[in-house]
Amino acid sequence: MNDLMTVVDWSRWQFALTAIYHWLFVPLTLGLSVIVAIMETLYVRTKSDAWLKATKFWMTLFGINFAIGVATGMILEFEFGTNWSNYSWFVGDIFGAPLAIEGILAFFMESTFVAVMFFGWGRVSKGFHLAATWLTALGASISALWILVANAWMQYPVGMEFDPAQMRNVMDDFWALFSPVAVNKFFHAVFSGWALAGVFVIGVSSWFLIRNRNKEFAFRSLKIGAWTGLAGMLLTMYTGDGSAVEVTRCQPMKLAAMEGLYEGSRSQGIVAVGMVNPEKRWNNDEDEYLFSVEIPYGLSILAKHDHEAFVPGIKDIIEGIEVNENGDTVNTVSYADRIASGKLAHEALREYDKAKIAGDTAAMASAHEALKANYRFFGYGYFDSVDEAIPPVGLTFYSFRVMVILGSYFLLLIVVMLFASYRRQWLERSKWLQWIALVSVPFMWICSEAGWMVAEVGRQPWTVQDLLPTKAAISAVSTSTVVTTFWMFAVIFTILLVAEVSIMCRQISKGSRKDLNS
Amino acid sequence: MAGEHNMDSRSWRERAKRCASSVWLMYYDGFRSMTVGRTLWAIILLKLFVFFVVIKLLFFPDVLKRDYSDDSERADHVRRELTRRR
Repeated sequence: MNDLMTVVDWSRWQFALTAIYHWLFVPLTLGLSVIVAIMETLYVRTKSDAWLKATKFWMTLFGINFAIGVATGMILEFEFGTNWSNYSWFVGDIFGAPLAIEGILAFFMESTFVAVMFFGWGRVSKGFHLAATWLTALGASISALWILVANAWMQYPVGMEFDPAQMRNVMDDFWALFSPVAVNKFFHAVFSGWALAGVFVIGVSSWFLIRNRNKEFAFRSLKIGAWTGLAGMLLTMYTGDGSAVEVTRCQPMKLAAMEGLYEGSRSQGIVAVGMVNPEKRWNNDEDEYLFSVEIPYGLSILAKHDHEAFVPGIKDIIEGIEVNENGDTVNTVSYADRIASGKLAHEALREYDKAKIAGDTAAMASAHEALKANYRFFGYGYFDSVDEAIPPVGLTFYSFRVMVILGSYFLLLIVVMLFASYRRQWLERSKWLQWIALVSVPFMWICSEAGWMVAEVGRQPWTVQDLLPTKAAISAVSTSTVVTTFWMFAVIFTILLVAEVSIMCRQISKGSRKDLNS
Repeated sequence: MAGEHNMDSRSWRERAKRCASSVWLMYYDGFRSMTVGRTLWAIILLKLFVFFVVIKLLFFPDVLKRDYSDDSERADHVRRELTRRR
């Protein structure tokens, strides 16, 4: 058991490490491809060499990021086969489809048009080249769509039926994969990429201003970066609001963990800044927070778009208490009942296995029926205590605040920089603002990664919500193999990151010495 | 009619040839004239070698594919694994 937990923990660390590194590259690809396409559109419309130079400069940075980031996501797929083989088998029929489509369709579309983007200057017409640039941006987003559809399915599994003979969840409705959870997740992730790339362009343009190089180019880029960043940030906030509603509906425990909320109420406030009490458990009387500054009604509005709505806390969810829109207390299925139901599902599956070995088809059918009746809570059967079904509250709570606070800061920064880009003399004098814009760039990645930590840590202990906890999804692999590959990835990805940053810095510096103004 | 058909087919073949040749030249000249791209391609190729040859073959076998010969055996294994675990 201890060894199993060690393998689970190391495998989770390994998956987290590879996913975090992978996400360093992805949002910049998603956003910078759009910025480059906008610049090229301006070039084609105005026939101005200045826009052509700007397009080529940012396209080079896009290319560096694309080249270094490409295939880093493959590692995650290797890990599914080795560390998470039970999971892969259990959901392979559904999870495999979007991943395969991503690989075959979107990635090849992206790769094909990237070649035209970089090699096609002067060889294809301006219109064709522009189309290739937009199609590269579209391909990157379509690629993200399939990955995020797969991820959303894990958080809200729909469109399938479990077949104990195949031991698989078999897809019975492909279109159900495009649930509101998936749609929100997709747009939230893609628009956050626009915001990230906008901040990146603002930061690099500010560096040009700090160094007094290519100021015309810097202001031109600043405007496009700021407008794209603003659109991205506003749309990210809008879709984030949609995500909060979906999380409340489909993963209420995650929302409670995001808020560190144990006992909910009607007209529930949201903690703007605070510190959760590490001693707090769902069944003790400790205070929830060591300190907190609350915005009245905030969580009710965020979760249900109703300032009087009841938002359940961790204790309420565990005890199966909900309050309906009329204010009446109603009972849902308590976690103790879910665990009991899950154990019945496991027992039925064991009976199914015995019947299959004995060749007793009647007993197989009977076990299948018992399994069907309890399958909804299959995953809870792995728990002996309800405590095991609670996500890490502290990490989810703080990640959520890091994301929101930094996101709000970046909205302000983008608005200020957009305003400043139209007040040229003021911005040229305001070196402090240029420095703030430059120094802020890495924090945008922290903001973006924090968003993923909310999504992925907050859904623990599940790999597939309610059906398969992390500890059941793991393969029978040795800890030493996982530890070895963990460090191997840490080294490889760190080298790639250092390579990316240094090549990009060199390229920015080199570009700044050229005449990019006209 | 037959002559026209031959002409069409010849000009179609010519166009296809020209198209293939210009695609080839685009890639050929593109790769030859790369500057920072050379470093990037070196990184990509090294990365793909490490990922697909070293890591995939040596450290990341597909456990179920390796240990079981058909899907029925794999399903039985996963069923027992998932009902044994606590």
